[in-house]
Amino acid sequence: MISLEVNGVAVSVPKGSNLLAAARAANVKIPTLCYHPDLKPGASCGICVVRQLVPSRNPADNGKFVPSPKLLRACCTEATPGMKIITHDPDIVQVRKTVLELILANHPNDCLQCPRSGSCELQAIAADFGIRENPFPKEVVHHDVDKSTPSIVLNPDKCIKCGRCAEVCQEMQNVWALEFIGRGEKTVMAPAAGVKLADSPCIKCGQCSAHCPVGAIYENDETAKVWAALQDPEKVCLVQIAPAVRVAVGEAFGMKPGALTTGKIYAALRRLGFDKVFDTNFSADVTIMEEGTEFIKRFTEGGELPLLTSCCPAWTDWMEKYAPDFTGNFSTAKSPQQMLSALAKSYWPEKNGVDPKKVHVTSIMPCTAKKYEISRDEYMSASGQQDTDVVLTTRELARMIKAAGIDFESLPEEPADKLLGAYTGAGTIFGVTGGVMEAALRTAYCLITGDAQPPSIDFQAVRGMDGVKTATIDIKGTKVNIAVAHQMGPQERRQAALRLHRGDGVPRRLHRRRWPALPGDGRGPRPAHRRPLHRRRKVDAPHVAPQPRGPVPLQGLPRRQDRRAGRQEGAPPPPHRLQAGRGLQLLVRPRVAYAQRRRPRRFRRGRSFACCLLPTAASSRRG
Amino acid sequence: MGSGGLIVMDETDCVVDIAKFYLDFTVDESCGKCAPCRIGGRKLLNYLKKITAGRGTEQDIADMQAICDAMNKASLCGLGQTASNPVRSTLRYFMDEYMEHIRDKKCRAGKCSRLIQYKIDAAKCRGCTMCAKKCPAGAISGELKQPHVIDQSKCVKCGACEATCKFGAISHA
Ligand code: SF4
Ligand code: SF4
Ligand code: SF4
Ligand code: SF4
Ligand code: SF4
Ligand code: SF4
Ligand code: FES
Repeated sequence: MISLEVNGVAVSVPKGSNLLAAARAANVKIPTLCYHPDLKPGASCGICVVRQLVPSRNPADNGKFVPSPKLLRACCTEATPGMKIITHDPDIVQVRKTVLELILANHPNDCLQCPRSGSCELQAIAADFGIRENPFPKEVVHHDVDKSTPSIVLNPDKCIKCGRCAEVCQEMQNVWALEFIGRGEKTVMAPAAGVKLADSPCIKCGQCSAHCPVGAIYENDETAKVWAALQDPEKVCLVQIAPAVRVAVGEAFGMKPGALTTGKIYAALRRLGFDKVFDTNFSADVTIMEEGTEFIKRFTEGGELPLLTSCCPAWTDWMEKYAPDFTGNFSTAKSPQQMLSALAKSYWPEKNGVDPKKVHVTSIMPCTAKKYEISRDEYMSASGQQDTDVVLTTRELARMIKAAGIDFESLPEEPADKLLGAYTGAGTIFGVTGGVMEAALRTAYCLITGDAQPPSIDFQAVRGMDGVKTATIDIKGTKVNIAVAHQMGPQERRQAALRLHRGDGVPRRLHRRRWPALPGDGRGPRPAHRRPLHRRRKVDAPHVAPQPRGPVPLQGLPRRQDRRAGRQEGAPPPPHRLQAGRGLQLLVRPRVAYAQRRRPRRFRRGRSFACCLLPTAASSRRG
Repeated sequence: MGSGGLIVMDETDCVVDIAKFYLDFTVDESCGKCAPCRIGGRKLLNYLKKITAGRGTEQDIADMQAICDAMNKASLCGLGQTASNPVRSTLRYFMDEYMEHIRDKKCRAGKCSRLIQYKIDAAKCRGCTMCAKKCPAGAISGELKQPHVIDQSKCVKCGACEATCKFGAISHA
């Protein structure tokens, strides 16, 4: 513990804490704009300034502590023993206010049309400082709004250059899509090399929008498309909701965190005008059967192992771009969203005598990457047309419910519609990290051994590998290792990948989920300081210490399948086998049974992805 | 002037112009990481440009002082912290010159071209019309052999007339 004095109050904080934490211990919340607790301090706004008391140099003062004329930034200054800090005096407040006015003078200030209005940190701090008029002349430089991806929108006009998005994208997600371009007053936040987001290595995970303090990066709003479909008398509007959504919607309506609002969501969706309400848990079951069966096939007949699986399209995209030699290890099963939509546009219309062309499928998902998944390749149109028409995030759904004036909290609990609505509950654990894999493996165990009772899987955290846990289960004498990793982050994923390459302690299955914990409100976790206190620790915990930058060093290693087949590196790969899962065939009709390969043609093994070179080559960090 | 160096100038240098020159340099050098330096530097430079163009107001001085203070105290590195020093020290020691620029629209050193006024001394003018022919803005009018006058609202302060007049009738201040 470090002892110091804040405004004359003695406090002690753990070693390594910054002055913001020290001030909190003395009941002072120093205003910040660029600092985010999940990230390394970027120290780019200059709002958090504080004053240090230093021993006077004047001999007459006899070593008395006097206020230093210079100010420190609290977010990036570590508390040291014996420090004396003043968090506010009229001068500090005036400096903070001037900095804020300068930022606002270069900001469009069109709050009424802004997607962040109400949750914007700049707006909140301007209100705190009571900014009524700005003495400084307005100068807003206009840039093109980047709407090239279906998931997120980048509007550099509103960017305050805090650098959070680049930090998450580079350090947490290890994608390196975003970067400051230019310098001085010409600095803009944009994909590296000045390309559009769609042409950048961006995996549409939406973490940048979750961390942006203002409305410069935000999720693409598609509620208008859904309202239009609901309006159209020709359309039969179906909707599915994902397991992770059921808690988050309640929170969006200010209900207590953890309140399960499934029945109320079904009811609200019906009142919005959807004809049938389905639950993605149904196809989560299908996915489990499918992946379990696929694992058995690979396990018993010798396919490519380890089997990698995740329902997250951002993860798939990441792997294709940054570890393309692993695509052969992907499970061929689609994500539950796509399975349900394919069924809703083929099986359901046939059973109900509806023209499949009139069916409109909306899905309510926790993450922006799902918006991109629905049109990522031709396999996402298994029913002959695009399977999922629109993906809404939890927040968009909440907005629709509010716009319709539905009083969510007083709604009755209603059941989901049958056929694609009943589920076993095995899929409910999808929402937790490693859930898919666990469920599939338990299913596989039962199918192989014929036991009715699956074993319980006991995960152990791997020492020294933050965010990775492993377990071993015994299937008829063969030990199957399982590894679960979360976050795209550099460290644990790289290590897991290298372990696989080396073949030591090979996990037979590796399941990854995009983000450490249950998504908070449909954009992934909420910025931690906006989360209720008692939930913070849980989500903050898996945060990995920043690692040295750079791409994953996978390129030089021999490909696993080459090594096994004794082929030389660079020799043409064997013709690709289409592995149709049997599980789905057993469950439903053959037409949708081909669990389509997720890997589009352009990402076939052996061809590296050009974009992944971009961010490292072009990203010169500014000093 | 920021670096701690001493710059010796005589009365043919305008302090506002010098401050503008230094700020132009630091705005160019700013890396753009932190708001006070990135935005404040540009705003300060714009105020100085405004003052040297004769459009300054007294409120501008107060705003500039606030920006200088914020840049000095809230910038991250030495560049931002010292970028405003030329303005701070000239404001402190040469406030009268700033006020001349703002109130009297006058630059006593004659450096701020927008504040110069060209005048024709009617006593010296012979009415040769040469200046009227040279003036690119058509600001000079007058009959042949009569004293000419300059329309200040049209004059673009190019100085061509002064260079043309053989009789030394045109001067600037
Ligand atoms: S980003 Fe914030 S301050 Fe800017 S327009 Fe949007 S809501 Fe207003
Ligand atoms: S969506 Fe994810 S990958 Fe794309 S820019 Fe944002 S953080 Fe980076
Ligand atoms: S886009 Fe948002 S997160 Fe990124 S630098 Fe700009 S304000 Fe910060
Ligand atoms: S003060 Fe330094 S770090 Fe900040 S913008 Fe200016 S040059 Fe960059
Ligand atoms: S050039 Fe001189 S003398 Fe001739 S008209 Fe002009 S001011 Fe008069
Ligand atoms: S200074 Fe130039 S513009 Fe002005 S009156 Fe003389 S010639 Fe014309
Ligand atoms: S919060 Fe410390 S500089 Fe922005």
